[in-house]
Amino acid sequence: MADLDDLYQEVILDHNKSPRNFRVLSNANRKAEGYNPLCGDHVTVYLHLNNGVIEDITFQGSGCAISKASASLMTAELKGKTEQAAEDLFEGVHKMLTGDPAADSEKVGKLKILAGVCKFPARVKCASLAWHTVNAALKGESEPATTE
Amino acid sequence: MKAVPQYFGAYEARAFDVMRLREDFPILRQKVHGKPLVYLDNGATSQKPQAVIDAVNQFYAAENSNIHRGVHYLSERATAAYEVAREKVRRFINAEADNEIIFVRGTTEAINLVAQCYGRTFLKPADEVIVSAMEHHSNIVPWQMLCEQTGAKLRVIPINHDGELVIEEFSRLLNERTKFVSITHVSNALGTIVPVKEIVAAAHERGIPVLVDGAQAVPHLRVDVRDLGCDFYAFSGHKMFGPTGVGVLYGRRELLDAMPPYQGGGDMISLVTFEKTHYNVLPYKFEAGTPHIAGGIGLGAAIDYLLGLDWAALAAHEHRLLRYATDALGSIDGLRIIGTAKEKAGVLSFVLNNVHAHDVGTILDQEGVAVRAGHHCAMPVMQRFGVPATTRASFAFYNTTGEIDVLAQAIHQVRKVFG
Repeated sequence: MADLDDLYQEVILDHNKSPRNFRVLSNANRKAEGYNPLCGDHVTVYLHLNNGVIEDITFQGSGCAISKASASLMTAELKGKTEQAAEDLFEGVHKMLTGDPAADSEKVGKLKILAGVCKFPARVKCASLAWHTVNAALKGESEPATTE
Repeated sequence: MKAVPQYFGAYEARAFDVMRLREDFPILRQKVHGKPLVYLDNGATSQKPQAVIDAVNQFYAAENSNIHRGVHYLSERATAAYEVAREKVRRFINAEADNEIIFVRGTTEAINLVAQCYGRTFLKPADEVIVSAMEHHSNIVPWQMLCEQTGAKLRVIPINHDGELVIEEFSRLLNERTKFVSITHVSNALGTIVPVKEIVAAAHERGIPVLVDGAQAVPHLRVDVRDLGCDFYAFSGHKMFGPTGVGVLYGRRELLDAMPPYQGGGDMISLVTFEKTHYNVLPYKFEAGTPHIAGGIGLGAAIDYLLGLDWAALAAHEHRLLRYATDALGSIDGLRIIGTAKEKAGVLSFVLNNVHAHDVGTILDQEGVAVRAGHHCAMPVMQRFGVPATTRASFAFYNTTGEIDVLAQAIHQVRKVFG
């Protein structure tokens, strides 16, 4: 079951079991909620933005191992990044998850661990939920983000 | 054997031999990820016997034409085949008359039709509609929309920890403002069989009409709408081994006659002028536009197929499957069954400690096992049991205890991955 091992790698299982930055951020100045209407997964992403830099980022919510690990890895990766760098990363991860031939997994740092998800089309939305949500938070959108 | 009219197709009661019956379903022969398919997502949609596939094929290959329109040979043939299918449905649920059988797209459309045509005509501000806490979204949202439109209120019968209706609470909710009750026959998320006959009797004492959502009941139980006494009964073709895109609304004639049409268009009229349009008689008043003709005929073929089975043996087999699965899964460490009603049909929902249903679903899929993972379009049920989602194995008569062994084994595989 090579494919399944691609999906449930040690790192992903670890982030699922002990998600990083899994808390409410008390000094957040941006916040967005995301829902996957298909399965009811939801995530809230909290940001502390200072001069275009993500000084702190946390999340809360419930979902499957893929969505939780993706959110956890995302917060770890985005901390200290500029808004622009975060948007570039969002683009890169989105391409990787959807199997876009233009995707370059070298550009997404540790997040390339999620590359196996594109072989499981039903799970792409799980992995991308937190990313859509942080994108909404950065853009200051008031409507909850969805994966639809 | 009693002679049956030609148009019902020739069938004879067969002994219930599940391995032989499985041969009627070509899709069950395939492999998924190199493993034999174990299809346990029948609550979402059931598989189709060759007889249904052939009926749909045959229609398009030899009979395709529009109905109720042409004077030509094919149109007459298609019309006759479609109306024969309606008669099969009538017989299947023991309705009194063919014109009480409205063909719709599915259960969802049937409920929306009643909510709009009956509800908007007869409900006023502060009137109340009763549903239960175990409804599918399609038996909640149409009533919420109706409440927004009319100012009526939605009341909800609670369920207990086993997923059974708290019937005393239903009696308490009934009052002079109650104008409609809409209730599921079998819960899609929990498998609970609801005592609808009792509900109907209590509602009728106060003259309140009742709709029964039978989507999950018709594949498992023999339904007799006159015995149940309900005013409306809704179900989908695709969950009872027929095609997608076709379903049935049964309504008592008296109520259907009192309701305005659902959609305007062809077939639902008797005379159109720009000054006034006269609506057609039942059931055509509710069937605007060209329907899913092949679907209706396919549904008829599914009914032929089902009526050819030994239902006592089928029920016993399904009962055995559910008990076997409950024992097999119930003994897995950290597995909690959601929905433990005394009367259940066809559904086993569960949660695994520390593993989300989606992850269970993906790993099971790799083992060839198809289940549903999620909220099953019944988010209030998930909230009631305090879980975000469940994994649901839902059975049909063609499933075997061997397949349940594969399911149990695959769940052990999930445990292995998640440690």
